[in-house]
Amino acid sequence: MTNEEIRAELKRAIDEESVMLFMKGTPDAPRCGFSARVTQILNASGVDYSAMDILPDPRIREELSGLSGWPTIPQLFVGGELVGGCDIVTEMFESGELAETLGVDAPRTEAPAPQQTAQAPPLQIE
Amino acid sequence: MPPLDEVKERIEQALPGAQATVTDLTGGGDHLRAEVVYDGFAGLSRLEQHKLVYGVFEGEIGGPIHALSLKTSTPDGGSR
Repeated sequence: MTNEEIRAELKRAIDEESVMLFMKGTPDAPRCGFSARVTQILNASGVDYSAMDILPDPRIREELSGLSGWPTIPQLFVGGELVGGCDIVTEMFESGELAETLGVDAPRTEAPAPQQTAQAPPLQIE
Repeated sequence: MPPLDEVKERIEQALPGAQATVTDLTGGGDHLRAEVVYDGFAGLSRLEQHKLVYGVFEGEIGGPIHALSLKTSTPDGGSR
C-alpha cells in the first residue's frame, strides 16, 4: 500500500463511518490501556462504531496524525470531526456530553449488552 | 525521555502564565499526565486546549514520551 492509499482509506473511514475509532488493537483485543478505555466507554454508550487498528503499519499512525493534527492514539471521530483522545472522551463521558455528541441516550446503569462492532475496514488485522 | 520538571517547565514557558502539574502515571517515566491551568485556554474548545499543549512537544509524543495524558482548565475553573 502506498502512503496515498493509506491516507485515502483513512479519509474514507473518517468521512463515511458515523462513529470511527482509531486504536491500538481491536475492540475485542485492545493493545493499549487508553484504547481499551475508549472502547469500554463506546460499548457502555451503546453506539455502533467502526474501529481501525493502527498498529499493523507505522505509516497508518503517521498519516492519521497528519490528517487530524492529533499526535496520540486513540482518536475518536464522530460525523467526520475529531472528538479527541482518551482524556477528552473520558471527560465527556463523565459529564454526559459524549452521549449528546454521539446522539444516543446517556448509558443506563445496567450492564450493556455485548457490542456488535461494524465490519472492520481493510487495514484491520485480526 | 525528558524528566518531569523539564516537561513542566516547557509547558509553562510555551504558555506564559500557565501552571502545570506533571505526574508519572506508571513510574516508568514515559506515561505522563499533565494538569494545566492557563487563562489562554478561555474560549477554546477542549480539543483546541489539548492541541496547544501537545504542540509544545511536537514529534516527541509517541516517541520519547509514549503517552501524555492531559487535563486542561482555566484559572476560574472552567474546563472549556
